[in-house]
Amino acid sequence: MKRILVGIKRVVDYNVRIRVKPDGSGVVTDGVKMSINPFDEIALEEALRIKERGGAEEVIVATVGPADTQPQLRNALAMGADRAILVQADGAVEPAVAARALLKLAEREQPSLVILGKQAIDDDNSQTGQMLAALWGRPQATFASKVELADGKARVTREVDAGLETLEVDLPAVITTDLRLNEPRYVKLPEIMKAKKKPLETLALAALGVEVRQRLKAVRFEPPPQRQKGIKVKDAAELLEVLKKKGVLA
Amino acid sequence: MSTRILIVAEHDGTRLNPSTAKCVACARTIADADITVAVCAANAATVATQAAQLQGVACVLKVENAANEHPLAAVLAPQIVAVAQGYALVLGPSTTFGKDLMPRVAALLDTVQVSDIMAAESATRFRRPIYAGNAIVTVEVESGVQVVGTVRIASFEAAPTASSAAPIESAQVQADIPTHTRFVSVSAARSDRPDLQTAARVISGGRALASAEGFQILYKLADKLGAAVGASRAAVDAGYAPNELQVGQTGKIIAPELYVAIGISGAIQHLTGIKDARTIVAINKDAEAPIFEVADIGLVGDLFQIVPELERLLGS
Repeated sequence: MKRILVGIKRVVDYNVRIRVKPDGSGVVTDGVKMSINPFDEIALEEALRIKERGGAEEVIVATVGPADTQPQLRNALAMGADRAILVQADGAVEPAVAARALLKLAEREQPSLVILGKQAIDDDNSQTGQMLAALWGRPQATFASKVELADGKARVTREVDAGLETLEVDLPAVITTDLRLNEPRYVKLPEIMKAKKKPLETLALAALGVEVRQRLKAVRFEPPPQRQKGIKVKDAAELLEVLKKKGVLA
Repeated sequence: MSTRILIVAEHDGTRLNPSTAKCVACARTIADADITVAVCAANAATVATQAAQLQGVACVLKVENAANEHPLAAVLAPQIVAVAQGYALVLGPSTTFGKDLMPRVAALLDTVQVSDIMAAESATRFRRPIYAGNAIVTVEVESGVQVVGTVRIASFEAAPTASSAAPIESAQVQADIPTHTRFVSVSAARSDRPDLQTAARVISGGRALASAEGFQILYKLADKLGAAVGASRAAVDAGYAPNELQVGQTGKIIAPELYVAIGISGAIQHLTGIKDARTIVAINKDAEAPIFEVADIGLVGDLFQIVPELERLLGS
């Protein structure tokens, strides 16, 4: 069966205003709305569209994280994923560990494609997809804005600093999604009801044979330095005058 | 004892990308840094010569292979792994080139990566932004672990040119280079304007430009100022500007001397990309727009009158 594996991460919702705890031990997450990482939602949407076009028969959504990720997995099932896998891990999961867990799932499920978001909006690391591709010994096409599948290959347009780059990769491959790849669908109520009956498997990280390592330690969190509030000018002429006075313009 | 640092050069085959000089600058902040720059290319000579001119570089390694004509992560990573032996730190720029490549290198080295380094407190302790720059975290790597990192280029001033050039060596690399990934094309919008990522002045436009034609008025002003042109995500999504002009968390993070935000309301993800600008000017007809919270100089008014007026005043 042709499968697509989609990796998702539970993150603080993008609308939440982030506050650093006064003691510098982290950011406030208690009582804060959690959601699927927006880039991962795009990854899931792309997988569902590929399936709807006949390019895959099954979409599996997987996460490596706390037990609390169940609602996000249910949400992914409501969007249209066929089944979900929760690899349970407490505390911070380094991308290198998440990639190893996803590798085990890729070996077990043999997907033709793994799609993930290009980065999670909490840690902003942008590592997991690339690391998975490396460990799996398969191609990677990161920051995708267009994906076309044909003849066991994917043609992927990537958003790079210079503009748009197109790669051709043999499948299976790892794709990470950029913002403009698609717009994820809204979930309808009947789908939420149906999703409750879809399979959700829970596994322990250790049961997958993945060693939990913490080689990176977060020692301190701080709020970013604030910019001083500036001045207002009345017109274009005064603007140029101020810029010259500041030495910004000659 | 010195800290051996390997920097993976970014280039287009003929020119060294300024991001590499930023990586060198980051490496130089580490005590007793012994810096090598690796240039992976089909023919590395021209770029290696440029890298050898950077102050602080002790050695340049040419890693040559016909497969290196285009910077494919799957092709370059095993070659970098082959030369990375003995380096405590392996750095690349946090550009789309480095973001694509370095995690692949880290995984092959069975190590961890520190992304978007904004300051190196030591060879094992770094500061980096998280949550779109809404928090800064200090991370420490377990001692004895080889560290891969990407350097947030907006946080560093480019390393200057040295008075004498560093030696250039050829690396003999034994690596399995995969053929499963092939370059097809790149649509690079070539322009005579300064590069957005490294320009001293940037003029950016938002949704208020209202159309692709409307957006064009920024180019004339940019030419008068010798500035690069950028855009907000809203302007890119609306099709007024190409994606490579996007400034913000998911686009380019920049630190020009002067940033002029025109018709940009100032969504958090945009502000993340411009926080390090020396002087921020905002022009917007909505006096309540969040962009004014971070602007050093604000001008409330109609951009379609103000922009031509600025252009006229600058021309005289």
